Amino acid sequence: MNKARRNPFNLAAAHGILIVYTIIALFPVFVILINSFKERRSIFREPLALPHSESFSTVGYETVFNQGDFFLYFQNSLIVTVASLFFVLLFGAMAAFALAEYKFKGNTLMGLYLALGIMIPIRIGTVAILEMMVSTGLVNTLWALILVYTAQGLPLAVFILSEFMRQVSDDLKNAGRIDGLSEYTIFFRLVLPLVRPAMATVAVFNMIPIWNDLWFPLILAPAEETKTLTLGSQVFIGQFVTDWNAVLSALSMAILPVMVLYVIFSRQLIRGITSGAVK
Amino acid sequence: MTALTLKNVNKSFGKVQVLHDINLEVEDGEFVVFIGPSGCGKSTLLRVISGLEDATSGEITIGGDVVNSVPPAKRGIAMVFQSYALYPHLTVKANMALGLKQERRPKDEIEARVAEAARMLSLGDYLDRRPSELSGGQRQRVAIGRAVVRQPKLFLFDEPLSNLDAALRMNTRIEIARLHRTLDASMVYVTHDQTEAMTLADKIVVLRDGRVEQVGSPMELYNNPANQFVAGFLGAPSMNFLPAELVGGSAGTKIGIRPEHMRLGADGPIKAVVSHVENLGGDTNVLAELSDGTQVTVRLFGQHQIAPDQATTIVYDEADSFLFDRDGHRIRDGAPVVASV
Repeated sequence: MNKARRNPFNLAAAHGILIVYTIIALFPVFVILINSFKERRSIFREPLALPHSESFSTVGYETVFNQGDFFLYFQNSLIVTVASLFFVLLFGAMAAFALAEYKFKGNTLMGLYLALGIMIPIRIGTVAILEMMVSTGLVNTLWALILVYTAQGLPLAVFILSEFMRQVSDDLKNAGRIDGLSEYTIFFRLVLPLVRPAMATVAVFNMIPIWNDLWFPLILAPAEETKTLTLGSQVFIGQFVTDWNAVLSALSMAILPVMVLYVIFSRQLIRGITSGAVK
Repeated sequence: MTALTLKNVNKSFGKVQVLHDINLEVEDGEFVVFIGPSGCGKSTLLRVISGLEDATSGEITIGGDVVNSVPPAKRGIAMVFQSYALYPHLTVKANMALGLKQERRPKDEIEARVAEAARMLSLGDYLDRRPSELSGGQRQRVAIGRAVVRQPKLFLFDEPLSNLDAALRMNTRIEIARLHRTLDASMVYVTHDQTEAMTLADKIVVLRDGRVEQVGSPMELYNNPANQFVAGFLGAPSMNFLPAELVGGSAGTKIGIRPEHMRLGADGPIKAVVSHVENLGGDTNVLAELSDGTQVTVRLFGQHQIAPDQATTIVYDEADSFLFDRDGHRIRDGAPVVASV
């Protein structure tokens, strides 16, 4: 910021607000992390204390690795999240391109119809979805989850991506047409690279709810071999006894992959959010 | 042979008709400029020729073939866009080669053609750069190069100079003129800038509201405009129109005199008050207000010291004046200004 416009009070206030927000946002994560490395008694006796020589224990992690097939759950979550994101981005972008690029009767209506899902939660249709999955034999397969999450993610993806695709220069697409590129080549080679920031935004918005979801894994794929991480961690939460060490350890580990994916997308994400704000 | 023929071409977007019965011929090797104010349909006409838009009715012939239902890539055209429209992920070389690759030309032919175009446009040093590393003028040269390598039957230019600054615009304009001479290719060029039209064209097509107002060589249009619109559109500063009554003509008609055909004199027929003077060094533009409030521009050659608010009279030669009726049509019977309508 330029010196003449810098006001020490505003600067302090802005930083103060941001620091307070960061502390509030990170505090639960911090508590989970420190407590996952403590023995059970110290978790309850002094929940905010850092683990020290007496209270340090990795019993939670040991339980997680010994009970149930944690790596399988992990793998299932990753497969479901990545596959769903892939389909959401692919089909969302394709639909968005059609809506943004081609003039046809009912274009606006189709756009509204595709965006409707943003306002209607997909969980309302759980019973119907379950019936469908049962009759197609997809219950207890990862495909059931991938399909549902793809459906859940598409409305927002189409909505955001079609806005961005409208901003891609018409001249560029037309130059491609005159050079003899097919519509598919124009879509994949010219348009998609230019809306990459928007794609990253959509990916992040979709990734976290999918990774954290408990509802659909519990209903559609509760079998041992298709359990996701979130569902798998539930074994440690009982009606009367909860193995807090294990729960906290499982949660701590569940943060990692999302963080990795987020780091991959975040550089693009920031550009996605700010683009259009300044020309 | 004619490079391009348009027969009764109409184009509507929904209920709005943007092109009305366009008829036009572009001869082989001719440089034709479409000119008109924004929204007159000149770009739409170009897009119809290129095949990016379908004509609602009418026939388009390029190089002797009717191309109404031929896709853009197969029409034998190449187009240069206002926004350059280079492929951002490809190098300059790959940008120019892409069209030929799509046509599955042999590799050495592609190499040779790209090298030739790069030499012609002095792009040799930039072949491995990406568009983002080039300046505006260089980008437009690449875009022109991309069109040149395809050796099309017809070049289409869509306001190619509008995004460039004044100095570059002149250089690129000269470059395009030179290119036209060396390639001897047929070109259609869309612009709203009358200087570009006058300097580049063999033939100018003036469009207004989707209709052709007049077609002719630049000097023909300048010396013999068909109507008030064409007269006012070509030439800078633009032609002055004053009520013919001021000089004894009939009511409702207008007389048009170009600024360079007016002089300030002692006892001319038109009384005026100088309102502003622009000294450009080479010539001087004098803005004056007539008794009825009409603003006129007088272009004097050389440098003149004229004070604003000074009363003066304007002298002109009747042979240099044009007469227009109430609707802007030219009155041509060669009769003097006092002729009745």
